[in-house]
Amino acid sequence: MPDAAISDVVGCWGPEPGADATVKAAWTALDGVMDPEIPVLSVVELGIVRSVARAASGRLEVMVTPTYSGCPATGVILLEVETALARAGLDARVSAVIAPPWTTDWISDSGRARLAEVGIVPPPRSGKRALTAPDEAVACPLCGSADTSQISRFGSTACKALHRCNACLEPFDVFKCH
Amino acid sequence: MDPETRQALFGYALRLGDTSLVLGHRLSEWCGHAPELEEDIALTNVALDLVGHARLLLAYAGEVEGEGRDEDRLAYRRDVLDYRNHLLAEQPNRDFGHTIVRQFLHDAWAVELYDRLAGSTDAGLAGIAAKAVKEVRYHVRHSGDWLIRLGDGTDVSHTRMRDALERLWPCTGEMFERDSAEDRLVAAGIAPDPAELRAAWNARVAAVLAEATLERPADGWMQKGGRRGEHSEHLGYLLAEMQFLPRAYPDAVW
Repeated sequence: MPDAAISDVVGCWGPEPGADATVKAAWTALDGVMDPEIPVLSVVELGIVRSVARAASGRLEVMVTPTYSGCPATGVILLEVETALARAGLDARVSAVIAPPWTTDWISDSGRARLAEVGIVPPPRSGKRALTAPDEAVACPLCGSADTSQISRFGSTACKALHRCNACLEPFDVFKCH
Repeated sequence: MDPETRQALFGYALRLGDTSLVLGHRLSEWCGHAPELEEDIALTNVALDLVGHARLLLAYAGEVEGEGRDEDRLAYRRDVLDYRNHLLAEQPNRDFGHTIVRQFLHDAWAVELYDRLAGSTDAGLAGIAAKAVKEVRYHVRHSGDWLIRLGDGTDVSHTRMRDALERLWPCTGEMFERDSAEDRLVAAGIAPDPAELRAAWNARVAAVLAEATLERPADGWMQKGGRRGEHSEHLGYLLAEMQFLPRAYPDAVW
């Protein structure tokens, strides 16, 4: 049975080929807005900027998709997006859209690399099984051991779970597949 | 959309929104009080998701109603008799086991509901459900795991889970009620058929209860009325706390 909740819509991480200079400038400004809870990731790398388009009036229309329904950072993110665009001298309207729903498959490759760099295990690209698959074995981001276990499905933020390495005994965060 | 369908859709979104809001608030009462740190974080994370769903659903209800009420207005400026949540959601937390039983009975319903609602002919509800179903799938795994662990645990934990199940079971019948407004929505492909939900819920609940070594209570007399605004004595206290600030300082902004 096809899963109605999981869309085939893919991530977007920058202007389409042939976009005008203003749209490109907006993407550049957006790439400087960091997620307040995981400040190594920009909102573009997180995959929550769905589109930047020019309205007939010339104004930019920016669509942003929240991550978790209960993410308390959503309001702050929208505000920071608006501020960054205004600072770049761009006339833009920012709206939140919930469909299609955000998935961790939309986190860019550079975003995944940044998560790994700070010791957060990035989510596997398997959104079709988002949050339903049995918890997979993950390797310790610190020592590389495969001998790890999950301490809690719920970590310090809605998007992370807490694991522990049985070899080096260090706890670490895992970005949930969503 | 004809006025009757619009009115039915408003009522439907309101019931779902109220149920999420009230249960989310109940879970938030565990913040700082759960038996261990990880559970404190887990229960409040689930609470945040539920309040998030409530915001989306109540905002949509207000939009469908078309009388200028936003999600805050609906959440904070209605009294007990205007609330349309399931009675299950407003039941007090009591102990951790009781909270888990309440949560599992709800989650098992929510996951089946949103899974189907994601295919609704109404784009607004479908969008909200597609987002919510990913989160409630995670919730039901969590509450189901705890149900098994405590049901199939010690004599004390087993007894407590059994008692909680007996106490809460009469609140479950209401989740599958159907009135003329829902008949209209089901016919239009907007809402799933509650009978289909009940069958799926029964199967899921039976499987988890069996693993938890808990006996499924018989479907006897069911407590109903929440969906029509007839609530237990517990909801008024919950709303008094939840609504205090916006009632004390109406229209305050910061």
